[in-house]
Amino acid sequence: MPDGVQDGTRLVETFRAEGITKVYETGGLRVEALRGVDLTLYEGELVVLLGPSGSGKSTLLNILGGLDLPTAGRLFFKDLELTACSPHDLTMYRRDHVGFVFQFYNLIPSLTARENVGLVTEIAEDPMSAEEALEMVGLEHRLDHFPSQLSGGEQQRVAIARAIAKRPDVLLCDEPTGALDSKTGIVVLQALERANRELGTTTALITHNAGIKDMSERVIRFADGQIISVDENPEKKTPEELTW
Amino acid sequence: MVIRIDALNRKLLRDLWRIKGQAMAISMVMACGIALMISSFGTVTVLEESMNAFYDRTRFADVFATLKRAPDSLKEDIERIPGVSIVETRVIAAVNLDLPNMAEPATGQLISLPERGEPLLNDVIILNGRYPSSQRPNEVAVTDAFASAHGLTVGDSFKAIINGNKRSLEIVGLGMTPEYIYALGPGSLMPDDKRFGVMWMGRKALAAAFDLDGAFNSVTMALQLGASEEEVIRRLDVLLEPYGGVGSYAREDQLSNFFLVNEISQLRTSGAVFPPVFLLVAAFLLNVVVSRIVATEREQIGLLKAFGYNDLEVGWVYLKLVLILVLVGLGMGMALGLWMGGGMITMYTTYYKFPLLDLGVDPGVFTSAAIVSLVAGMVGGLGAVRQAAKLSPAVAMAPPVPTSYKAGPLSRFFAQFTISQPTRMIFRHVTRFPVRASLTIIGVAFSVALMVMSLFFLDSVERVIAVYFFQAERQTLTVSFVEPRPAVVEQEIQHLPGVIKTQPVRSVAVRLRNGHLSDRKAIQGIVSGADLARLLDTDQKIVEPPLGGLALSMHIAKDLNLKVGDLVTVEVLQERRPIEQIPVVRLVEEYLGFQAYMHIDALNRLMKEGPTVTGIHVMVDSRYADDLYATLKDTPGVAGIAQQTATLASFRETMDNTMNVMIGFYVALASLIAFGVAYNAARIALSERSRALASLRVLGFTREEVTYILLGELGILTLVSLPVGCLLGYSMALAMSPMLATDLYNFPFVIESSTHGWSVIVVCVSATICGLITRQRVFGLDLVSALKTRE
Repeated sequence: MPDGVQDGTRLVETFRAEGITKVYETGGLRVEALRGVDLTLYEGELVVLLGPSGSGKSTLLNILGGLDLPTAGRLFFKDLELTACSPHDLTMYRRDHVGFVFQFYNLIPSLTARENVGLVTEIAEDPMSAEEALEMVGLEHRLDHFPSQLSGGEQQRVAIARAIAKRPDVLLCDEPTGALDSKTGIVVLQALERANRELGTTTALITHNAGIKDMSERVIRFADGQIISVDENPEKKTPEELTW
Repeated sequence: MVIRIDALNRKLLRDLWRIKGQAMAISMVMACGIALMISSFGTVTVLEESMNAFYDRTRFADVFATLKRAPDSLKEDIERIPGVSIVETRVIAAVNLDLPNMAEPATGQLISLPERGEPLLNDVIILNGRYPSSQRPNEVAVTDAFASAHGLTVGDSFKAIINGNKRSLEIVGLGMTPEYIYALGPGSLMPDDKRFGVMWMGRKALAAAFDLDGAFNSVTMALQLGASEEEVIRRLDVLLEPYGGVGSYAREDQLSNFFLVNEISQLRTSGAVFPPVFLLVAAFLLNVVVSRIVATEREQIGLLKAFGYNDLEVGWVYLKLVLILVLVGLGMGMALGLWMGGGMITMYTTYYKFPLLDLGVDPGVFTSAAIVSLVAGMVGGLGAVRQAAKLSPAVAMAPPVPTSYKAGPLSRFFAQFTISQPTRMIFRHVTRFPVRASLTIIGVAFSVALMVMSLFFLDSVERVIAVYFFQAERQTLTVSFVEPRPAVVEQEIQHLPGVIKTQPVRSVAVRLRNGHLSDRKAIQGIVSGADLARLLDTDQKIVEPPLGGLALSMHIAKDLNLKVGDLVTVEVLQERRPIEQIPVVRLVEEYLGFQAYMHIDALNRLMKEGPTVTGIHVMVDSRYADDLYATLKDTPGVAGIAQQTATLASFRETMDNTMNVMIGFYVALASLIAFGVAYNAARIALSERSRALASLRVLGFTREEVTYILLGELGILTLVSLPVGCLLGYSMALAMSPMLATDLYNFPFVIESSTHGWSVIVVCVSATICGLITRQRVFGLDLVSALKTRE
């Protein structure tokens, strides 16, 4: 397993993507969403994926998360080749290793905050308790509220708690602050940053908001289905220090 | 030519295409209701109009009477009864027929025709050939049904034993009569054209054969408008009493008419009971589906209004959707209704012999069907359409807030148990929309109930057969005599070939009276220790015929308001016509042909006669049956032979032809309702929760686990609806059972557990199929796009 080196520390690979290509064909229209992407993500790092809409970043995130399979190329999660997995294996991969956070929080309206997190802790191998997870995102006082009784920021934090409760290896966030104002957005980013720091979860974060790149270790820019640059960010900021 | 469809209509068509499965289910449920309505009421109209037309054309009499023998001069006295307009006297006689294609004898009902001209009343419509000539004593006209049952036609001959002499009769005409539209032979339960035929002969010839020259034994009459039927009957009875009158009766009690009218009223009842169920279910489905469409299209509605479409224009789009579903349902229902009505009329022509009009497009029925279906459509769809019309654009374009849930008492109750979150989701969703859940339960329960109610008929008929043919009336056949005979005749019968066992029977025509209530019935005299025809009490235990009183069929007791211990006035209508007060000492349960019973010795004492019989029940060794029939055919004094096996066979055949078709139809309808309701419930749940389900898939739930959440709800609702439906079906059958009883038979209330079982199975299969279809949809959920879209 080829290891990368950063700051003199040996880094362990979480993902290795080789020549990932994704082509959608709908109604005779052929769209190349990804065109031969090579990328390696390391254990515990927080990367931000930037780029205009349609540049392929969401497609890549979905493929990393086992929601979709590439048309060509190979993708490894540690030793597991995701590109060789059956749909059932992918479900198990998501269940055991991946946490997702989306722009629209996708909470189950009929379940309380605690129960929404419980959905995951019930099926995960070594989860933290739902209360612990909600405490990590600062919602210990909102355990028994239904989604309709929570604000947008609170709902997103429940979604984060639900994503981290299983102690996932990777946390994939697609525009987690997209529907939130800046003040609420910072609270949400704090929750993500805390999970990354305390649990050592490899975190990939898609955003349109360039200001957020300052909290990452690396910034990966997308255009036209390709990675156009990977920049390291030596001066990582805390969410409170971000401005946009 | 290019057909231009504006954007809104194009959207409407695409919406419709998207929900085609559900739309079809709704339209089909509605179509079933409409079809039932059209076929039932259409058939009622056809039967009624055909009956009235036939009665008018043939001058069907208002009052009927039979007697032993009265001189022709009595006719003038009868004509003088106030209110009478036409009197016709006739000679009638029951004869044994010897038909080439049948071993056993058949019964013929001979009716005289006037010497000159057509009958004044009860005319015979000659379909083929002519009236028999009064000059030729061997000519007869027979009913078309009887002739075709035997492959006979004009010019053919058959033999009849007329007053002890075997004579050959030539068929000169085939006809139809209003008196035997429903041609029930003596002692029969069902029309049987092979074993019972009506035939007409010149008056002179028939009278000569039965020593009734210058006399008559049957009177029919038409009354003037507004005449009192009761008074005429009372006076006629007084006139006929010295001549052996056995009591006259009005048209409504005339057997054939009674059955026909009864059938029409039953059909009208079922036409009024069933369609509303279907239309209510359709309205409910329409409501759910259109509400859902409006909910998912909130943003589009907002957008349309933002572009400048007004509330009416937007509401009209959704109203059109409702109207299309209603019109499709109505159209299919009308076509299906005409087809079914045609089938029903064909079925009626096999049991009711009279010219039936065609089932046409009855404007009245069709208009009511259209109105009823539109009302159902409006009840179901208008609420949702109003929602769409009233939605303000700003509100519509903002995302809806998540469905709010609260921790209710039920939720706190469940909190005590450790249940998985998916199971919790199921319960929360059911309890969050209690009205919808209840309606779904009621819808599915209705289909179970419909099944239970349809299958109840079979259970009931099977019980009737088991009790009547295998416990009560166990004889192979019953020989009945033209005149009462000394009891020693039983020994003669015992010596006939193939006879294993015999049992004498004496039957006496009586009028039973309790205060102002009265009924013409027969008292059957039964011997002690009877082994063939037996009396059964309400628990189907064999009881001995009472020596000092009357055993009464429960049905008669109810009609005459009598109970055990009451005295009933028995007016004998034959021989010396004694009148006596006799106590009711026992009630017996009978399903077919209700009668009163006494010990045969007691009955003979009542008649002030020695040991006398009117018939003999016989158990026959089937190997010698043909020999026995051949002997009986030539035996003078034998009025007829009623065969139990033939009766049972025709009973079963009738049931197969009529009931099984109806039951099969109702089972299909029940499955359709179950499917329609369950499929819509599942599709709506899927549409509302596809995002939630996709989220769960993303979180790592397998397809099966996600399907469980969706179909678990459907499963719970179906499970709850099963006992509700069984109970509902039970109550409906219980209510229906007495409504179906006629003066001839009863439908006992019996529901076998297999009926509940089958109903549950059919509905479960229906629900499972729609579960499987929905499961395919869950499997096909697009995870990525479901998550990207805002609810």
